[in-house]
Amino acid sequence: MAAPTRTRDGCLTAGICGLGVLLFAAIVFGIVAGARPIPLATTWNAITHFDPADSDHLLVWLLRIPRTLLAIVVGAALGAAGTIMQALTRNPLSDPGILGINAGAAMAVTGAIALLGITDVTAYMAFGIAGAALAGAAVYLLGNLGQSGDPVRVVLAGAALSVVLMSLTQIVLVNSDEQVFDQFRNWSVGSLQGRSYAVLLPAFVLSLIGIAIAFTLTKALDTAALGADLAKALGGNPVYIWSFSALAVIMLCGAATAAAGPIGFVGLTAPHIARLITGPGHRWLLPYAMTIAALLTVSADALGRVIAPPGEVGVGIMVAVMGGPFFIALVRRHRISKL
Amino acid sequence: MSRLSGPSANRARRLVWRSRHMSFTITARPIAITLCLTILTLLAALFAITLGRVPIPFIEVVATLLGHGEGGMRQQVILNLRLPRLLVAIFAGAALGVSGAVFQSVSRNALGSPDVIGFTTGAATGALLQIVLFGGGSLAVAVSAMLGGLVTATIVYLLSFKQGATGGYRLVLIGIGAGATLNALNGLMLVKGDLDNAIAANLWLSGSLDARNWDHAWTVMGGALLLVPLVGLAAIRLRMIEMGDDLARQLGVHVEKTRFAMIACAVLLAGVATGAAGPIAFLALAAPQLAARLTAARGIPVFSAAAMGAFLLVIADLVTQYIATDLVLPIGRTTGLVGGLYLLWLLTRSKQR
Repeated sequence: MAAPTRTRDGCLTAGICGLGVLLFAAIVFGIVAGARPIPLATTWNAITHFDPADSDHLLVWLLRIPRTLLAIVVGAALGAAGTIMQALTRNPLSDPGILGINAGAAMAVTGAIALLGITDVTAYMAFGIAGAALAGAAVYLLGNLGQSGDPVRVVLAGAALSVVLMSLTQIVLVNSDEQVFDQFRNWSVGSLQGRSYAVLLPAFVLSLIGIAIAFTLTKALDTAALGADLAKALGGNPVYIWSFSALAVIMLCGAATAAAGPIGFVGLTAPHIARLITGPGHRWLLPYAMTIAALLTVSADALGRVIAPPGEVGVGIMVAVMGGPFFIALVRRHRISKL
Repeated sequence: MSRLSGPSANRARRLVWRSRHMSFTITARPIAITLCLTILTLLAALFAITLGRVPIPFIEVVATLLGHGEGGMRQQVILNLRLPRLLVAIFAGAALGVSGAVFQSVSRNALGSPDVIGFTTGAATGALLQIVLFGGGSLAVAVSAMLGGLVTATIVYLLSFKQGATGGYRLVLIGIGAGATLNALNGLMLVKGDLDNAIAANLWLSGSLDARNWDHAWTVMGGALLLVPLVGLAAIRLRMIEMGDDLARQLGVHVEKTRFAMIACAVLLAGVATGAAGPIAFLALAAPQLAARLTAARGIPVFSAAAMGAFLLVIADLVTQYIATDLVLPIGRTTGLVGGLYLLWLLTRSKQR
């Protein structure tokens, strides 16, 4: 029993290193790619010998690097949040948005645009996080998670609250100026355009805490995925698991959504793809899902910048356009393991 | 040959009918609730007819509907403006409710709706293409929405076919993939399109019951009256498939045939509803869940979901007309608001299982 486990662990370690190499390649591509061509040597110089007078150097330092780093953070956060939600709700359809987080952030940002006239993407961050946290907390209370831990209730409460909030958002939108809708439509498809260190830093800190909580939960998630009764029989405490998971998901998904707008596809599918490689154990599933999600987000963001110059296509759109067909092919070719 | 046994000792009052070939349980509560919902829907609909820019007394509405109208402008308003609108609301709601009930059973998922097979997103893609790229009129938009939805659903169904079987789970996952891709394309069209077109498209995406005529009403009535009884007849077989394909096969159900027929019915139901009233997707998710929770029945809530869907849409229409004076309230969003809040309220009240 010990030997095969060890080789399996070896394979999985090698696998994650391979994914890491791919991710690194994607990061390099992400820093080099863009509407304005900057040679690799200049980019390298900008990192090693930064010259504030050189506009190329400024471009690399102030735009491309924070943006690429943010793509990694957002991707990893969404991957982790999606993995947690799918394990807890035991529902393959559940993405991080299921706790009402995307809808809450969207409502708060719309309110900020329509009622307060805020147009700065950096300021959206605070509103996004506040909205996400409120919506997540409301679903947690309405789903009565603390006591029941009944996944169907949570899923329904999340879906219901999401629809209520989205309807309100839309009602505010159709009753406002055209300019408000214009702002909102650009935010709502998910984009990393113009995100600076002011967005990166809070998103990074929140995600780091969320990911740390997620890693302490891996064993508990393994039991939770078996169902509430079995989890209890194995000594899991549903209140504890649900509370900490909800906290982690709100931080992870709230940070990602506030920073980049709602990006739907990554958190939903990265865990499915990862599960194909690792099987259901969360000790490996979590890092794999995070790496795959980060890889997907970074490359989608970079491709979105070069696909239609001088404009760019938002990362949320690129992720789904690239990942959707790939995901369908994957589902058709392999037996996707059920939750 | 057959025998009816009275109310059993069980708490639920029910009649059991047995013959040599089949047995049948009729439970009182679902029937009572379906009847109640139907009556409430009709009352709300009658009340809604009295409302509007020209208020018409209740008695006159009833008289006109019974064919004793006094003629003139008011009769025109009732028969050609308000009645078709309400018929669209009632039958589109019923169609969406049943469609959702089927998808929730096929996907074995409480989140099931025509979205599962990519229908709603595909319909939106069709409509957006028409609005943003070709600039067609409202009829062209409705037709291309229906086509978009049907084509997407067919493609997802065919893609999920493998070794002669679809499998509910694979269908769900492929539906996710296709839905996400199309959703991204929709977002792209909204962002890159001209702002006026994008606003028009967003309004269509909100669903509407404004300016419905008898063409809309006949289409959705015909579709619903034809397809809902078909689904009702097959509900027992669908219920067996929920227990697992293998088990259902042993019990003598043609699993693939039944599943295909039911998905086709559900997609067509969603199609006629979307063509008549635009995408009111949440209804399909909420109505069966609400119906199942109210009736506490074990089977697939076909007729109660139909009644619930109709009830919700008529109430949403009523709210829209009652409140909206200078506020624009698209019916799809009101449905989301009303249905969502109702579902939340029901969830907080329902006891732990």
